[in-house]
Amino acid sequence: MSTAPHSGSRPHHTVHTVVAIVENRPGVLMRVSSLFRRRGFNIESLTVGRSEEEGLSRMTIVVDGESAPVEQVEKQLYKLIDVVKVSDLSHEEMVARELAMIKVRCNNVNRHELLDIANVFRADVIDIATNSLILQVVGDEDKIDGLIKMCEPYGIRELSRTGRVAMVRGTKTTTVHEREPEKIARIHEKAGRRVDNVELPFSSD
Amino acid sequence: MARMTGAQITLESLQREGVDTIFGYPGGVVLPLYDTLPQFPGLRHILVRHEQGASHMADGYARASGRMGVCLGTSGPGATNLVTGICTSWMDSTPVFALTGNVARALLGKDGFQEADITGITHSITKHNYMCMNANEIALAIREATHIATTGRPGPVLVDIPKDVFQEETEFEWPEQVSLRGYKPTTEGHAGMIRRAAEIIDQAKRPIIIAGHGVIWGDAHKELVELAEKACIPVITTFLGIGGFPEEHVLSYGWLGMHGMFYANMAADYADVVIGVGMRFDDRAMGRFKDFNPTAKIIHIDIDPAEIGKNFKPVVPIVGDVKRVLPKLMEETKQQTRNDWLRWIDQQREEHPTLHIRESRRMLPQAVIRSLYDETQGNATIVTGVGQHQMWAGQHYFYKRPRQLITSGGLGTMGFELPAAIGAQVALPGQETWAICGDGGFQMTMQELAVLVDEQLPVKIAILNNGYLGMVRQWQQLFYDKNFVSVAMTQPDFCKIADAYGIRAIRVEHKSEVELAIREARNHKGPMLIDFQIDQEENVWPMVPAGAALSETIEAPAEELAR
Repeated sequence: MSTAPHSGSRPHHTVHTVVAIVENRPGVLMRVSSLFRRRGFNIESLTVGRSEEEGLSRMTIVVDGESAPVEQVEKQLYKLIDVVKVSDLSHEEMVARELAMIKVRCNNVNRHELLDIANVFRADVIDIATNSLILQVVGDEDKIDGLIKMCEPYGIRELSRTGRVAMVRGTKTTTVHEREPEKIARIHEKAGRRVDNVELPFSSD
Repeated sequence: MARMTGAQITLESLQREGVDTIFGYPGGVVLPLYDTLPQFPGLRHILVRHEQGASHMADGYARASGRMGVCLGTSGPGATNLVTGICTSWMDSTPVFALTGNVARALLGKDGFQEADITGITHSITKHNYMCMNANEIALAIREATHIATTGRPGPVLVDIPKDVFQEETEFEWPEQVSLRGYKPTTEGHAGMIRRAAEIIDQAKRPIIIAGHGVIWGDAHKELVELAEKACIPVITTFLGIGGFPEEHVLSYGWLGMHGMFYANMAADYADVVIGVGMRFDDRAMGRFKDFNPTAKIIHIDIDPAEIGKNFKPVVPIVGDVKRVLPKLMEETKQQTRNDWLRWIDQQREEHPTLHIRESRRMLPQAVIRSLYDETQGNATIVTGVGQHQMWAGQHYFYKRPRQLITSGGLGTMGFELPAAIGAQVALPGQETWAICGDGGFQMTMQELAVLVDEQLPVKIAILNNGYLGMVRQWQQLFYDKNFVSVAMTQPDFCKIADAYGIRAIRVEHKSEVELAIREARNHKGPMLIDFQIDQEENVWPMVPAGAALSETIEAPAEELAR
């Protein structure tokens, strides 16, 4: 990347959320991560887990958009044989969440303060001991950063974050399902089991 | 269905994929495979002297024939010795199948004797690789690996098999179909994009085609000639694209790049439309990216979508097989003539005759190559190493057909020449094959001379011997203030080395002997080596210094021309 100093304010820090559907085979994580290393793409977070399709895993990769044009990331990912589908969610309406566990120091005097803070962030207390408690919080990165900041004065003993997982809003998916044949879709629709093309007035926020 | 051992399945599967030759070297864990080899008389095993030789031979075999080359090594050092050759095929996109043994399953990951994580090591230099943990995985792995190596943009693959998997017995089942969810190369170009490209070409005043290795591997040289002739577009090639367009054709203007023809570089830089066909806009070809012809509209046709937009943003990207895209593009373009544009390049060529060889009392390497061209009537297959001799071989021999020049362009692997020439000769036994070597690179793989004797291969070897690592010496002279460090080499007597193997050899010390030596080698039935004691300090011109733009191509300075 250019080493020239930015004139004026730093351009907006761009991160891209890339979802890769990969074959669930040994070595696939290494193939993906070593690709990023070799091409010089910086990973901010990477999560892997099973998808709804047997034999396929879903990776959510947050890439520093300044380290590489995201389309190069996508194309290079596609070249891996074990990568079945790649989608850049950055231009989509998406929901992105992360989970964090924070083990915070506390005592009888200040515990209730922490519980108040946890309440504000809708964090759960998942473990409690005489001198510490573990908060579990789910949300976007800003929310988790906020809670961490609030906990810092008490002393954070341990912190574990999962990294981002994301999905496109609405009925659109980023999976590799074969489209449902039209005939069958119509039957479902007639039976009132379909809500396609109807956006529900629902948001988890 | 029959019960077979893993070793039998391996060889049976390779044979079913059309493999007839394996370049290999035995060792502990592949003993079960070698034990089985006599059961497959259709598979010719060629015993190399170093596994690097095996991987280059498989590569040379592939490049000469267009078919997949196969190399085989044992675990650990056998496998790691293949790596340089695998990476060479990776960079130049050639279909090479590397087969390796590994330690028995129980020892995997325990640092057993001669264990190396070769699938891990080769992740980034293969299209894909496999480790077969059961004998019943082998057939599918070989089928898939072959499919991956030979389709789309070709490339190397590796299959690693532990020793006890070779010994395991199972039912052999041949998978008729290969279906990979994550691998579906696009071959048909987008019709709308092709139409847009044709419109731009029709309106262009100064279009140029840059043809790459993809034209050769896509078997699209005829289609390229037809397009160029119909739309009257001059064609230059990349270094690896040499032979993809006949150099004797009136629309051929040589090749571009760091040591390309001056007029080819100028034409690429002055063109208003640049059509990249089966090439990847590499830095050695294009010079400094940001100053390459900033006003040109780029049309980029390649089968690998990741190459499009990697170094240059094209106005029209076309992902597809060049063999399918070019005829459609030809249909859409108008027939026309562009005499002014051709005259402009012709004039550049007259004023800057890169391929003119000056009169000199010295033995000029350029003249040696030109003599070879004349003596062989331009019909020989030329295999080169890397360095000055490679550039001279590219410049002063003229190539008329695809696969006629075999050279390591992307990785620049010294020592490629001799083993690759062996592979090429094995693939095409009747074809006159010359290995053009540097004195440095030849010493990297010269142990493979033994294979010429074993297999009675009539490869002719021409060493352009200047006693230097010539290209490095040239850079030290030009860019490091003549601070010559570690470039002068004491050479052995190459003729005696050849002689020790029972290979005929002659040394040529004067330019008057060049033709005679070449004739003698051509008339000799077996392999032969010629040690050409060329002028020691001749440099390769023209040159685009590293990091410079094509427009900054430097021609030979006057004092060098006076030598």
